Amino acid sequence: MVEPLLAVDNVSCWFGGLKAVDGASLTAPPDRITALIGPNGAGKTTLFSIISGFVRAREGTIRYAGEEITGKPPHELARLGIARTFQIVQPFVGLSVRENILVGAHLHHRARDAALAVADRVGRDLGLTDLLDHPADTLTVAARKRLELARALATEPKLLLLDEVLAGLNPTEIRDIVPVIRDLCRRGITILMIEHVMQAVMSLAEHVFVLAEGRVIAQGAPAQIAQDPQVVEAYLGHGAAAKWGAPHAQ
Amino acid sequence: MKSFAPTAIVIAVLAAVPLVVQSNATLNFLVVTLMIALAGQGWNILGGYGGQYSFGHAAFFGTGAYVTAILQMRYGVNAWPGFAIGIAAGAALGAVIGALTFRSGLRGSYFALVTLAFAEVLRIVASVAPITGAGVGTLMKLELGARTFQFQSRAAFYWAILALVAVSLVIAELIERSRFGTWLAAVRENEDAASALGVDARKVKTAAMTISGAITAAAGCFYAQYFLFIDSGIAYGTWISVEALLTAIIGGVGTVFGPLAGALVVKSLGEATRLLIGDAPGLDLIIYGAVLVLVIWIMPRGLIGGIADARKVFGRRKPAATSITKVPHG
Repeated sequence: MVEPLLAVDNVSCWFGGLKAVDGASLTAPPDRITALIGPNGAGKTTLFSIISGFVRAREGTIRYAGEEITGKPPHELARLGIARTFQIVQPFVGLSVRENILVGAHLHHRARDAALAVADRVGRDLGLTDLLDHPADTLTVAARKRLELARALATEPKLLLLDEVLAGLNPTEIRDIVPVIRDLCRRGITILMIEHVMQAVMSLAEHVFVLAEGRVIAQGAPAQIAQDPQVVEAYLGHGAAAKWGAPHAQ
Repeated sequence: MKSFAPTAIVIAVLAAVPLVVQSNATLNFLVVTLMIALAGQGWNILGGYGGQYSFGHAAFFGTGAYVTAILQMRYGVNAWPGFAIGIAAGAALGAVIGALTFRSGLRGSYFALVTLAFAEVLRIVASVAPITGAGVGTLMKLELGARTFQFQSRAAFYWAILALVAVSLVIAELIERSRFGTWLAAVRENEDAASALGVDARKVKTAAMTISGAITAAAGCFYAQYFLFIDSGIAYGTWISVEALLTAIIGGVGTVFGPLAGALVVKSLGEATRLLIGDAPGLDLIIYGAVLVLVIWIMPRGLIGGIADARKVFGRRKPAATSITKVPHG
């Protein structure tokens, strides 16, 4: 098996008495799309925040490209090639779309002209060309999601953490953005995504991890996961698997 | 890419003023106004572009003034290197205060209060420390000459402060179009999002405070050279902290010309109300205050921002500026 680009090993984190993440382990193999799913409050976003350096893990280690990165601050991780989007999009509202993307583009390009070229290219890739001069706070939800993605991509990441980029989009918008994500992967960006839109997870991800109450309770190919009785119970409650029948459950 | 033409034109026009205006009183008024504009530009780098509202820029103004004065009076240093060291001291103080406050994660009103406290502590220390002349203050020796940076003519002083303002305008322009400026604006808008994109927020803010401190200290150095007397209330007094932030806010935060425009308007307004209704004590201040409230009410983004908005309304629709000149929301 290929050495994973990202390896989270036995990570725990708690806030006061609440254990948000409890000994979670997962891996993301290079050039693949890996999904992280789970019911609300399972600790997915907390785990993302730990990987991207915003929250400190109390236990466990995180390795990226063969190097331990546990506890490094977000800006250093971004420099190493880890980019993230936020579940609640956080555009720089006082800036234009181009300036928003420019912030990311400047990470590896000090010169303004080079950074502007990157920003325009990334904007074009995500279909934001016509909006580049608009203030970021005038964008629709779908465009904001694209901007969030564009900003992260402008940092030229190797690993992209997507926190529910499809949430809040209508089916047409989802249909439009799914190929964009697939294309990123094809271009050599490893993706780890939190997603609730199962249809997208099914069509995009090769491997799925299921988090419930801070623990990884199942993992495998998407089709296999959807049938897993433990997963069904995590979403629908105890006894649900038996009641509605998970066809291939033992 | 934007050119430096507007800056060059503004400076050229201002440089011609002493050729037309001979009155010492008017020139004196303009010299003080430009000095305030310089202090305001320092505030603007940190507060306007970086969104860190300092209430204690007197700390930099006073440090510049005292360092220049003390080096000359007590250590026999020439005025020119004294001036430069004063600016460097302001930069160093900015770096130290920045490192301390941003390391402890102070933002918003907490940051404002801590900067105010730094300035107040310095004022109290300066009012008792022997080296500053304590309560008596520091009086500088009158030695006219270019070598001592003391001029008989107001025009010479006017051009000197104008040169400093020009440098500060160019610095603001350069920041606007640099990576540093882009990152500074990103930190102002949303620190978490900025750090996710690889911006070291603490470092960027500290750098901004260093530049900011240097520019406001230059205004302080100039004050000492111009008036040849400082005491703790002048150097580290709240008045200059307020003037610095007021000119930038009235003029338009995070804009190159904001502090200059703000200083000209605020100072002219103060002078006009004083001249018109100087007989009734206090009335001029009330009117002055009311007009300031009105300006902020009508143009919340300041004069420069207000002009930009008006342009948009009245048809001359230009594509949104690519410079980073917006005010933070909320």
